[in-house]
Parts: sequence; structure tokens; C-alpha cells
Amino acid sequence: MEPPDSDPMNVVVCVKQIPDPADPGRMDPETRTLKRDVRLILDESDSYGVEMGLQLVDAAGEGEVILVSMVPNNEVSGLRTALAMGAGSAVLVSDEALAGSDALSTAKVLAAAIRRCEPDLVITATESSDGYTGTVPVQVAELLDLPSATFAKSIEVSGDTATVQRQTEDGYDVIECSLPCVVSVTAGVVEPRYPSFKGIMAAKNKPVDELDLAALGIDPATVGWAGARQEIVDITEAPASEAGEIVHDEGDAHERILAFLDDLKII
Amino acid sequence: MGISKIWIYGESTDGVVATSTLELLAKARTIAETVEVVVHGDASAVATELGEHGASTVLSIGELGDGLPGPRVSSALAGAVDAGNGPDVLLCATSYDGRDVAGRLSAKVDAPVITNVVDLTVDGDRLLGVEPVFGGSLNVSTGFTGDGTAIFLVRPKSFAAEPTGGAAAVVGSLEVGDLGNTGGSTVKDRFAEESTGPKLDEAAIVVSGGRGLGGAEHYVLIETLAGLLKGAAGASRAVVDAGWVPYSYQVGQTGKVVKPTVYLACGISGATQHLVGMKGSANIIAINKDEEAPIFGVADLGIVGDLHKVVPKLIEALKARA
Repeated sequence: MEPPDSDPMNVVVCVKQIPDPADPGRMDPETRTLKRDVRLILDESDSYGVEMGLQLVDAAGEGEVILVSMVPNNEVSGLRTALAMGAGSAVLVSDEALAGSDALSTAKVLAAAIRRCEPDLVITATESSDGYTGTVPVQVAELLDLPSATFAKSIEVSGDTATVQRQTEDGYDVIECSLPCVVSVTAGVVEPRYPSFKGIMAAKNKPVDELDLAALGIDPATVGWAGARQEIVDITEAPASEAGEIVHDEGDAHERILAFLDDLKII
Repeated sequence: MGISKIWIYGESTDGVVATSTLELLAKARTIAETVEVVVHGDASAVATELGEHGASTVLSIGELGDGLPGPRVSSALAGAVDAGNGPDVLLCATSYDGRDVAGRLSAKVDAPVITNVVDLTVDGDRLLGVEPVFGGSLNVSTGFTGDGTAIFLVRPKSFAAEPTGGAAAVVGSLEVGDLGNTGGSTVKDRFAEESTGPKLDEAAIVVSGGRGLGGAEHYVLIETLAGLLKGAAGASRAVVDAGWVPYSYQVGQTGKVVKPTVYLACGISGATQHLVGMKGSANIIAINKDEEAPIFGVADLGIVGDLHKVVPKLIEALKARA
């Protein structure tokens, strides 16, 4: 990818549409994967990236947030949420062959879609709320030959450089990243805006460019079930923990806790 | 073939090896004859400690300067793999840099990463990673089906670090290849955040707050209680996502894994995400209004009640004792 010339600021935000975490689905004993026949929604952890992207575009004064996402079906309801927040357009890679994709295959598909957008900056969450491998952001960066800064608490863009506060064990590092680059953002760092009624109406007409694998030049045999090079060998039930004591608070439950701690000689 | 050589991405701060690296060594040395650690910076500074924990060799990729480990370490590893000198298995801790190294290497050598591993088991000629799912009620064992190096990201605290009294590791080196654009991130400054009391993942007592707190302004209850118990304050993902406390407070699959003597969960329902990060605690106390909350399934003492009533009384009682 060529470095950006100047304004406008085009930010790709990778988003995932996931089953509602309130209904986590179940393990399919046949295919040994998560069954997700429920309606998909925008992963809440992606809403921070969308908000961050919108703020950076606002700060630049010109540009657009472009969503990039993939699904095995042509689900768009989660994308519409992010479009209603203010994203300008979306690229949705939709192909049945994507079902069962591991993180690396996912990264390959996202990278191919992102390449077409020629962004100045790529924002992702640190990990999805349903798969949580947490490797896709750097896999995408590596496939696109881009620098990255993961676990960002903040991003500022000035000229051809993004300055990122990156979470560390003891605090944070200030990282400078030459653009274009990939930044993964932690949750809770910005306040994602609620879509306005106007935004929701406008989102219905925003362009969603739906592509299949052929359009991206990706061989279906390299993704999904066909392309996965990791296999589940065994699924076992973990030993159940012994049931503990349950106490209904009648105003003195704190004493029960104190007694428990006393028994352990903790206090 | 079998598993004869394991490499570990070794992390250290000021010459002190990270506990998560020593944990990986403790497991790796029971699996393979040859266990080597790949580090950046001065290998001789950590060779003694790594040797005591079972490493035969420590390979340095050289100084990072102001560069990030991810692109550089993965480049050196990929170089070795491509030259046919790579290991059968690479283990990285699930840390900020460990994920960067494993993820970038994965893309470079076109092999998947087996993630969220809490145990490693030998299955014939290969290694399987055990990942807990559905709140740890099921364990899924996953293996790499391709040729070459199998890459695993292992959760901290999955194994107990223990020295074997081995000799200092032999010092060697690995070469970093051409980084292309990937080296375009530099560290300009480092900030340590002020914190009082023990670290979250090292504390003997952890007090965590969840959505049941009702608002950021009530998190002070958790901090006060943690302070009185000389413990650390933590939080569920819901609370972090809501922006009430920073990411560094998060206990769970996504955040820190904790195994304290006592874990006190206040207003946390016990989503899968959270349980995986704390169910290894020796003693678990949970306070929640909802009798059906999954947290009670792992609690040794479960209080069905309002944390806003129970916790203030607990605080008062502890203050009275002090």
C-alpha cells in the first residue's frame, strides 16, 4: 500500500457481526463448531473502533469510515448499526465457503478487502466477543505489510503518523506508527455514539459493497472448513466444581463473609 | 518424528524473566528434549534464570532499540522456520507482545495459531492445545494439521513455574530479516501508572465489580474493600466496556487471569468471558441479586443479596477491626 498523500482521512474499521452474547449459542456435535443460527448483531467491542474512526475523520475534516466485514451468509444488520452511527460505506465479503474460517483465513479475507479500500488507517477491536483469538489484527497487518500498534487506549493522527497510547502491564507506551497502519483499540476508550433516528434512516441507503471470494481472487479451498489447518481432536466436559454454600442476605451476610475470611486466616 | 524441539518466546523486564515465560518452560521441558527461548536484548542477562528453569539455549534477536517486539521477533522466527531450523512447536504467552509475535509469525509462515490454551497434551507426534469454552464447562483440544511449526498462545498461570536447578542456558542468536513496512512503529515514551497495593494478577485477594454496581461512581466500593483487604481491585468486561474502569482492570478471558487465595465477585453475573479468568481461584465469594446467576455455580460462598447493602456493611466491619 502506498502512503497517503494528505487529507482526506479514510479509515477502515473491521467489524464483526456476532450472535447476541445474551444468547451464546451452542456447540454443534456434528461439525464441532459454534452454532450461530440466531440473528447477528454488531460486536459491541467494535463500536469503539467505529467511534474512534468517526472522531478521527471529524478531526481531519474530510474523509470516511469504511466498514469491512465478512460472513458466510449475507447478514447486514450489524453493519447497519455501524452505518447508522456514521460510517459512510461498507464492504461485506459474503460467501458460504467462509463458514468455519479460522483466524488466519479470516485475516486473509479481511486483508484482501481492505487492500481495495486503500485506507490511511485500519482500526480493529483487540478481539471479537465470540471467538476471542485476538490474533486477527496483527495477522491483517502482516499480510498487508503494515506496521501495527495493538491494545490502543487512544489514537491521534498528524500528517503521516498515528500516535497511539498502547496498554502495557504497568501503564502505557506512546507508539508512533507511520501511516497506513493497523491499530487495535481496547474497549471503553471512547463513548460510542447512539445512532440517531436520522442516522438509522440514512443507513438504509448507504452503500454496502457485497463481494464473494471470487471477486477478491481468493480460492475457496484456502478458507472456511476446507482451508482450516487446525482440527478439534477432542471435546470433554470439565469436572464440575463442588457446589458451595448459598446464603440469602437477611441483613447480616457481611458477617458470613467475615467468618469465611477469618477461617482462611486472611484477615 | 515426535516433538523434539520447542521454542518459547521469552519476555523479561530489566533482566528479570516474566513469570509467564517460566511457566511455559516448566511445561515444555516435560514434553521435549530440547527447549530453547527466543528473546530480544542481552541474552546473557537472562541465561542463568532461563537455564535454571530448563532452557538449554537462549537465542537473542539483538536489541530492539525503540522498535516493537512483534515484527522483529516474528521475522527472526520465520527466518529460522524457512531455513528449516525452526522448532516443532512455538509457545507464546497470551500477553500484549506474545499475541503480536504469534499473530505476525502465523501470517509469515502461513500457519494458524492455536489460542486461549490452558493446557498442552501430547497426542502421538503432535501437541494439542486445550481451550476452555462455555465458561470452562467444556474443554476443547485442538491440534495443528499442517507441516512445520505449530504455534500456541498459552494463557498465563496455566502451569506452575518451578526451577530445576539446570545450568545456565547457552547463548546464541537469531537474525531479524527485512521488516519491510512492518517495522514502522516506534516506542517514543513509556509511562508506568501509579498504583497502590498488589498487582491484579499477583494479589492474594482480588475484589472485582460488575454491572451490578450500577454506575462508575459506585466502583469506589470495590476499591475501598480491596484496599481494606490489602488486595487488588478488578472488574468484569461489562464494566470495562462501559468505560467505568480502564482495560487493565479486566479479569477474564480477554483480560487478566487471576488465581488468588480469595476472589470476591460483587455484582458479577459470571459470563463465560469472566469465569475463565477467575475460576482457578482457591476460594470464591460471590455477591449477586440474581439467585440464578452463573457465578454461584463456581462460588464457595454465594451471597444472594444486594451488593449495595452487603459491601458497605463489610467495609464498616473491616474498618472497625482495623
